[in-house]
Amino acid sequence: MAERPNSTQAAAAQPGKKNNKKKKISRYSANRPEIIVTSCFFGLLFAAMIGYLGYFVATSEQEMVNNSYNSRQEILLSRNYRGAIYSRDGEVLAQTRLDEDQNESRVYPYGRLFAHAVGYSTKGRTGVESLANYYLINTNTSLANKAANDIAGIKNPGDNVYTTLDLDLQQVADSQLNIYKGAVVVTEVSTGKILAMVSHPDFDPNEIAQIWDSLMDDEDSSVLLNRVTQGQYPPGSTFKIVTALEYIRENPDTYNNYSYFCNGYFSSGTGRINCYHGTNHGQVGFESSFAKSCNSSFANIGVNLDQESFEETLDELLFNQELPIAFPYSGSKANVVEQVSMNELMQTSIGQGRTQISPIHLNMITSAIAGGGVLMKPYVVDRIENDAGRVVKSFQPSAYGSLMSEDEAEILKGLMESVVEDGTGRKLSGLSYTAAGKTGSAEYNDVKEDSHAWFTGFAPVEEPEICVTIIVEGAGSGGDYAVPIARRIFDAYFNGGT
Amino acid sequence: MREYITELSKYIIPALMAVYTLCSFACLADKLEKKSSIYVLQDVIMFFMQLLMFTDLALTSTGEKKGNSMEYIFFYVFVQIFLLAAAAMVPVIYEQVNRLLLNNMCMLLGTGLCVISRISFNQAVRQYIIVLLSLAVALFIPWILSQIHFLKKLTWVYGIAGIAMLAVVLLYSEVTYGAEISFTIGGVTFQPSEFVKIIFVFFLASALWEDASFIRVAVTAVFAGAHVVILVLSKDLGSALIFFVGYVFVVFAATRNYLYLLAGALGGSGAAWGAYKLFAHVRDRVITWRNPWTYIDNEGYSITQSLFAIGSGSWFGMGLLKGNPTAIPFVEKDFIFSSICEELGVIFGICIILITIVCFLEMMKMAALIKDRFYQLIVYGIGIMYIFQIFLTIGGGIKLIPLTGVTLPFISYGGSSVMTTMVMFFLIQGIYIRLQQGGGRRSGRKTKQHSGGSGAARKEEQ
Repeated sequence: MAERPNSTQAAAAQPGKKNNKKKKISRYSANRPEIIVTSCFFGLLFAAMIGYLGYFVATSEQEMVNNSYNSRQEILLSRNYRGAIYSRDGEVLAQTRLDEDQNESRVYPYGRLFAHAVGYSTKGRTGVESLANYYLINTNTSLANKAANDIAGIKNPGDNVYTTLDLDLQQVADSQLNIYKGAVVVTEVSTGKILAMVSHPDFDPNEIAQIWDSLMDDEDSSVLLNRVTQGQYPPGSTFKIVTALEYIRENPDTYNNYSYFCNGYFSSGTGRINCYHGTNHGQVGFESSFAKSCNSSFANIGVNLDQESFEETLDELLFNQELPIAFPYSGSKANVVEQVSMNELMQTSIGQGRTQISPIHLNMITSAIAGGGVLMKPYVVDRIENDAGRVVKSFQPSAYGSLMSEDEAEILKGLMESVVEDGTGRKLSGLSYTAAGKTGSAEYNDVKEDSHAWFTGFAPVEEPEICVTIIVEGAGSGGDYAVPIARRIFDAYFNGGT
Repeated sequence: MREYITELSKYIIPALMAVYTLCSFACLADKLEKKSSIYVLQDVIMFFMQLLMFTDLALTSTGEKKGNSMEYIFFYVFVQIFLLAAAAMVPVIYEQVNRLLLNNMCMLLGTGLCVISRISFNQAVRQYIIVLLSLAVALFIPWILSQIHFLKKLTWVYGIAGIAMLAVVLLYSEVTYGAEISFTIGGVTFQPSEFVKIIFVFFLASALWEDASFIRVAVTAVFAGAHVVILVLSKDLGSALIFFVGYVFVVFAATRNYLYLLAGALGGSGAAWGAYKLFAHVRDRVITWRNPWTYIDNEGYSITQSLFAIGSGSWFGMGLLKGNPTAIPFVEKDFIFSSICEELGVIFGICIILITIVCFLEMMKMAALIKDRFYQLIVYGIGIMYIFQIFLTIGGGIKLIPLTGVTLPFISYGGSSVMTTMVMFFLIQGIYIRLQQGGGRRSGRKTKQHSGGSGAARKEEQ
């Protein structure tokens, strides 16, 4: 009995509650779930679309503006004149001069010196003129200036580009390469900054309009080619760095027990590999094979390598891959797997045969070794400033990733040190700084024994600061022709003199 | 002075647009207080933005020696007259009109007229006349809806009329060997597929509102399929897709069966694959979508130019008259969104997308409120076709999906498109007003706040 009033109260209360709820729901009719599902579906679809649009703008703006099919470049150029390009120490490398009638002319004060690195901006664009085009033709000048220029009817100054290029090093590299064809690239190990970039033969960008037709008429001319990034050379003995790395990877504990007796050649099947100028190296170990650049010993190593694993190492070192650089480049080629004869494998392991590499790629590998395995992406544009010197944008060094382990880099460093201490790079020993590297004498002519002189290396060994890669076309051996150039560059960097 | 104004408006315009968009989203909420004052704020923003945009046009046109600044000033005055008429007069005529949809419609139309006048002044004038005409026609729709009661019964009339209209255009273009999807009478060009959209929604709603059995769905599928096939044969792939998606979703809503969505997705993919294999013009679209840069000189030209425009504009845009949108072929129709991104900026562009989503969500909310299944399906179907068309045109222009060549409703140049969309919006307004007056639901207290008054209710009492 006592429960009754309670239960009726509850019963009376509940219908009221239920009615309330019902009323709330009934504001929306049936079919609500379907409509909610539909709304969510299109809501997500549009969220994705907005996300895609935002991503596109955030990542592709420059690429879109720089495309030569984009007519908006002319629009920007009709409003702003091109900004200037500076070296890292503030020397003008390119600027637009205006005469009294506001006629523009692009001037390169150093003429040929930065022909490929800075490039030109008429007749197409190359070098920094191309890479930083977006910034050069946009302006971040003050609003007051814009308004004043608008009233005066003159163009706004485009933003200025500060590069990582070092005038002194560039001059040394250029004068040392002298009349030879070839390329020199100098980078900073800890950042990837390109300090010097020289390619010969060169041209004077001030005269590009006048020489253009003759350059175009001459189909064999490779004057416009930036050999640092676009040159494709047989790596020669510098490739032994790669072969050595693969051997270390396959024999991590026993590679130092390696020994070989060199008679001046190595043959297997129909193939035969000679040492440079037929030198007999006699009894060699792993390190001395590398230091003395014994072809026979490395051919012997090469034929016993695991081809699949070799292929992986090549991939990791960015052969047959895209390189993380902004300059237009020719990709490096190396093949150890598909349809490779024993002869070809021998050739490949000493950097001959069909293997090809660009100087910048070899520099990147060397720089990774110097930097404990980590490759810093090479870059040339340091920061953008407006006409008043306010920094609009600055570019930070960024790591591409590890090409090899720290231990492997350390071992290779040791091998490269031995090249300088008692190998083909002795001309770099006994100086105020320590250096390490690898020479190469890449034969490019089957008949004659002509060879390109290579050197790639870094200094100082203890705490590597700069990395230098040099190729001198058709000069002879790397030890005789490329190493002295490296020495002058190191001298200039560490001692400030030539 | 000129530079100060144009440079500052580069940032003020997107900022105003962002505030407007936020207001729109806020008004989606049911329980928001003081909605009517937000609507007034939106109108104020819209007029201020119009002032800034046309000031930009007038100032820059003298600076860049492009166009005639007096023309822009005159056109500005006319556009403002229209916007005032639409934003202020419609709520006087129909007190229970949905202000959110009305404001967004005005915002999109105003932006469209401004951008078209920048691309081609003559086209802008034509567009203006059509917009005015459309408004005049559309204003009668809510009244007509309240008078006519046999709309639900004309199912097969709608179906046959739609197919017939599409077929006539197809045959006409076959005879003249054209690939046109429109025909011209007395200097006025019609694109029937636009108007058929409305008839098609009526067909679907009337066919499925009381009986959504499998047989019924199958019969409507035959009619819907005929629409789609004719459109594909007319090479109007965009419209074909819009009709198809409209059909699938309306069937889904009518049957409440998710299997139809699945079947639609599968059938659609199969049909798309078939079309890809069968028709060269379908393959072209896909190839240029996958890799436009390879075909930049011919088939890929429009899409790459569209991407250039968006990329060059970046977040804040190059400023009105300071870009080069006319480099994109058919910019005033298919790529109007890219030209908006180029000169007014991607932030502004994203706001436009968000405003269209608000319109869609408001329509979905309305559909959920309507008890009468017929009207519910109409509102739902119009919403789907509207939002999907926006997805096609914007997604195509930014290379998210292959290009299909459809207009951006209310913004693109094109009389048939703007008139159809306006009729669709006023159909929804009419149904909304019915709903408010108790035609479909019992309590209208909450939503009466939308209209900013309860005049109609008072009238009924009298």
